[in-house]
Amino acid sequence: MGNTVRLRPPNNQLNRRCLLWWRAWIALVVGPIVAALAALGLLVAPVLVVPAGIAAAVGVAYGVIMPLWWYRVHRWEVTDTAVYTRTGYFWQESRIAPMSRIQTVDTVRGPLQQLLRLATVTVTTASAKGAVRIAGLDADLAADLAAELTQITQATPGDAT
Amino acid sequence: MSELENAERLDRRMITMTAVLTGSIAVVGALVVGSTLISSGTPVALSVLVVLGGMVAVLGLSVGVDYIRWRATTFRLTEERLELRFSFVLNRRRSLARDRIRTVDVTASPVQRLFGIAAVVIGTGQHGESGESEVKLDAVSRERAHQLRHELLRHAVDTESRTADGTIAELDWRWAGYAPLSMLTPALGAAAVGAVANVASWFGDSDDVVGSVVTDLLIAAALFGYITVVVGVLLAGAIGATLLFVEMWWGYRLDREPGGTFHVRRGLLTSRSISLEERRLRGAEIIEPLGVRLARAGRVDAIATGIRDGGQGERTAHKTLLPAAPRAVALRVVSEVLREPDVASALTSLTPHPRAARSRRLRWALTPVVLVFAVLLAIEIAAGDRIAAATGPAFGGLVAAVPWVFAVIAVPVAVLLAIDAFRNLAHGLSGRYLVARRGAVRRSTALLQRTGVIGWTVRQSIFQRRAGLLTLVATTAAGSGAYTIPDVDVAEGIAFADEAVPGLLAEFVERPDEAYAAGLARDRER
Repeated sequence: MGNTVRLRPPNNQLNRRCLLWWRAWIALVVGPIVAALAALGLLVAPVLVVPAGIAAAVGVAYGVIMPLWWYRVHRWEVTDTAVYTRTGYFWQESRIAPMSRIQTVDTVRGPLQQLLRLATVTVTTASAKGAVRIAGLDADLAADLAAELTQITQATPGDAT
Repeated sequence: MSELENAERLDRRMITMTAVLTGSIAVVGALVVGSTLISSGTPVALSVLVVLGGMVAVLGLSVGVDYIRWRATTFRLTEERLELRFSFVLNRRRSLARDRIRTVDVTASPVQRLFGIAAVVIGTGQHGESGESEVKLDAVSRERAHQLRHELLRHAVDTESRTADGTIAELDWRWAGYAPLSMLTPALGAAAVGAVANVASWFGDSDDVVGSVVTDLLIAAALFGYITVVVGVLLAGAIGATLLFVEMWWGYRLDREPGGTFHVRRGLLTSRSISLEERRLRGAEIIEPLGVRLARAGRVDAIATGIRDGGQGERTAHKTLLPAAPRAVALRVVSEVLREPDVASALTSLTPHPRAARSRRLRWALTPVVLVFAVLLAIEIAAGDRIAAATGPAFGGLVAAVPWVFAVIAVPVAVLLAIDAFRNLAHGLSGRYLVARRGAVRRSTALLQRTGVIGWTVRQSIFQRRAGLLTLVATTAAGSGAYTIPDVDVAEGIAFADEAVPGLLAEFVERPDEAYAAGLARDRER
């Protein structure tokens, strides 16, 4: 791959606390299932302990491995002229939105993200399909970034279509 | 309302129209209700009283509501704004900045035309909350409607007029021949036959003579075989599609008007007048459904900001600039609309995609065929004897052949479509426009203004990575929001995206030295 024209990956990785964030999500989804199965197994039908164990094992393995993987493949970069993100490995997607075409900059922090001081920055353009999302930045960094992006886009004339 | 100077009301004839419409419905209703009452033994005088009372109530209510609507609604056109007020019990005020107005569409249904009125929809072409970006004046006189259209779109006059104004295309009745070739034909035919069957089933319940005749006809059709039914469906569909074409495109004309506006006029029963500002135009798309393409014809759609894509039925047709017409006409219209004289030659010298894209298409086309064949074969092996026994001796022998017949028909079709899809894949540049062509059953050639591209999305699945391909998606504010160029060669695709929209990708592109030098050499040649 070294000898063809290609897009280089964006420079920055997400905040490392994203690992915790993703793992908390997985725990929130898998945890109740395991707990329900285990409770039923202990109280009603002992057979259910087996699927509970399997679910727990799969959940733990998934929660340990996948976030590490995601952390490796999610990347972002903001330059003076564009916002650039890359996500995925099997279905890799790179999105580039030029500064001059950005219409809105949103910062969203869910409950888990607030606990972990993380934030998601979404940048939209006039295209219904051109939004660029960076999920899992440090909250302070995200706020600075949003302020900076807003300032740059306000300075750009035109209606960005 | 006196504080609004020059305020106008809607056309008064809207009330007359409502009165006549509800009046005629009320008369029909009265006749039905009245005869039912009388035949069920109600005294005649009482029946007449009830019916007349009902009529007066319905008529009074609808005319009253319309009268209030007419009284309460005023609009006013000032230098800067279009204001619409509704003040009855509550006060509502809408105001549009005139320089934000992007579309003024005039439509008149047959009834409205009878009364000389038309509906005007004024849009700012903004995405987002639907309804907020539009003002509808649903009854103004026909003359005022066209006058409004001119006044509201006049503000663009200061923009340059590079070519002469005038008619770009007019209806040629030979185009009606393409109408039955559309995908719609079988669906329309099936709907028509289905409706007939449905009506027949209504009558089938009673011992009605007409009903039994229709049923008999259907049974006869079934006896004559499926070919008759298929031919009948297609014939009905062809007639339906042609009638639809006549209704939609009667009196079609595409003009370029002073002030940089395109104006489409068409419609037999419902007349439509659709305008599109040139500065909202981001390109054009040539759509060739398979049947139409085989007849060497194509339709032209505008790619413009502010036309909502999908939804709202009728509005989707608003972006069509030219109905299916011979390819030469379509190309001429595209090049005149886009002011790009070399479109035809640019389309013949597009860059094809690598052969790996063909293998992918063949795989996609053949995988479902193989799966269905396997299922059919499995059913045949597992239960073939029983099915054969159940269908009787006449068809028993055919059951074993079903999977093979399927394969013999489906494999060539799938392969042909896949190869066609591959051959249609192409991209290139034509002056100020980026060209993306794809599709087999519905081939689309999008010409997108290069300055209208407001971002790139580059997708690459693990399979594409191994085949050295990637999918480019140009995002834009216009049309469907994104135009896809699937399965281009990695290096060529990135270089193309970089060249098509200078500056956007450049800082993220890695070029090995020799490729960079080759790129420079190619640039020098241009």
